[in-house]
Amino acid sequence: MLEILRPGVQTSVQDRGRRGLRHLGIAQAGALDMPALYRANSLLGNDPDAAGLEITLGPVSVRFGRDAWLALSGAHFHPELNGRPIHTGQRVFAQAGHTLTLSGCQYGMRTYLAVDGGIDAPLTLGARATDLQGGFGGVHGRALEAGDRLPLGAPRALRDGPGCRSPDWTPYVRALPGPDYASFSPSAQAAFWQRQWTVTPSSNRMGMRLRGTPLVRRHNMDLLSHAVFPGVVQAPPDGQPIILLADAQTTGGYPCLATVIQADLWKLAQARPGAHLHFVPCSAADARAALARQVREGQRLRHALRTLTE
Amino acid sequence: MSQAAPHYYSLGESAVALALPAPATLAQQRRIWRLAASLAGAPGVLDIIPGMNNLTVSYHPLDFDPDHAFDCLRQHWVALSAADDDAPARQVDIPVCYGGEAGPDLAEVARHTGLTPAEVVKQHCAAEYQVFFMGFQPGFAYLGGLPEALATPRRAQPRTRVPAGSVGIGGSQTGVYPACSPGGWQLIGHTRLKLFDPVATQPTLLQPGDRVRFVCEELRHA
Repeated sequence: MLEILRPGVQTSVQDRGRRGLRHLGIAQAGALDMPALYRANSLLGNDPDAAGLEITLGPVSVRFGRDAWLALSGAHFHPELNGRPIHTGQRVFAQAGHTLTLSGCQYGMRTYLAVDGGIDAPLTLGARATDLQGGFGGVHGRALEAGDRLPLGAPRALRDGPGCRSPDWTPYVRALPGPDYASFSPSAQAAFWQRQWTVTPSSNRMGMRLRGTPLVRRHNMDLLSHAVFPGVVQAPPDGQPIILLADAQTTGGYPCLATVIQADLWKLAQARPGAHLHFVPCSAADARAALARQVREGQRLRHALRTLTE
Repeated sequence: MSQAAPHYYSLGESAVALALPAPATLAQQRRIWRLAASLAGAPGVLDIIPGMNNLTVSYHPLDFDPDHAFDCLRQHWVALSAADDDAPARQVDIPVCYGGEAGPDLAEVARHTGLTPAEVVKQHCAAEYQVFFMGFQPGFAYLGGLPEALATPRRAQPRTRVPAGSVGIGGSQTGVYPACSPGGWQLIGHTRLKLFDPVATQPTLLQPGDRVRFVCEELRHA
């Protein structure tokens, strides 16, 4: 059992999310920084589908109801276990009754807490992830609250092992032109790639709202609703782009100016309100190659951690 | 039936889409649903998502070959035979309690349309609707088929809380809110059916292509 003492700004149970249900209006949900959750699970030898906690900014404290191995990956806090500093990206042993506290987020926005055996929230529509908009999955479909007690999966026999680093965050986010790119004026197209975009505080797990040069369309044809995905950059009539994230609805009618490549979605998860982003053009083939590289690196890390500790 | 050529395009690094020429019609939307059914189970496909007059197919990005995906979409589109256009659809009846607290805007819709509340309900129930596509919320169906006479603009002030199961009219659309949420539609009634149940085998009551009828269980007066 894992007891939430202090949930911070927003903490929720997340895994790799749901697939194949978008035609019914059911969103993906799941970790916004998917590679970070993958690393945290790999540090413990957990199944890659195991659920962990997505912790946004903090301050957070949780108490372990059993002896447990934990791992953090993603944003850098000052993590302490029973008052003693521990490292992000490292396997750490917690005794039953120990309290983990995360405060003073130094860098990034979201960190992922994995526990050996995973968070054993019920599988709902194929995942344990919390869909905050739909109100299901995780713990009663909501962000965690003080007093919540989360069941844990079967403990694993582990010993101290090596750690791993999170990749360096950069504000350069690769994107592909979207299906409605040509309907924007040449100056709007140029501004999209050349200007700096500021993340606004009204961003959430559904979408990241940006502020910058308004992106004007050449002609304001009404669009019919079409499928959208995490990473789609929409330009609503006010011209301030919105990047859809994991909890976004499944169809939409705003023009799609661009799509952030899947290998760079994690950068959005770690960009705080006020952070600046730049979009960098990329080809679809390079986007797929970047994702394949990211997946390969994850698997290599997983393999290395296993062979070094078992 | 002759067909104007669809427009094919990609969305992101691992999805392809097809948009049919304007205008969007029920006949074209039927072909979208049939295309979705025909693509089900194609290798590597993650999601097949009907939109309004369009369809998007997403693949696992590491298995995605754009040439293959576009070929597959084209072949399935070309193979649809016009003879099957009247393929049977599921029929779903939605029992509704109209007016009163269940439908606080029924009087406003009556005022706007120049009908009596009873006539609004009669027309709303007499029409046959079809689920064009889904989105907005899990289980939310965009329905085509609202009689023009019932079209009513959205509320000037959206409600901060619309109860789950509320049946509303927004412009020329009608639909049911699956979950409690903010909303600007005129609420004319309420159904006790669950539009979305994440633990059910079939999590949503409705699917693209379903035929829908509203059945008046009760008409309450304000």
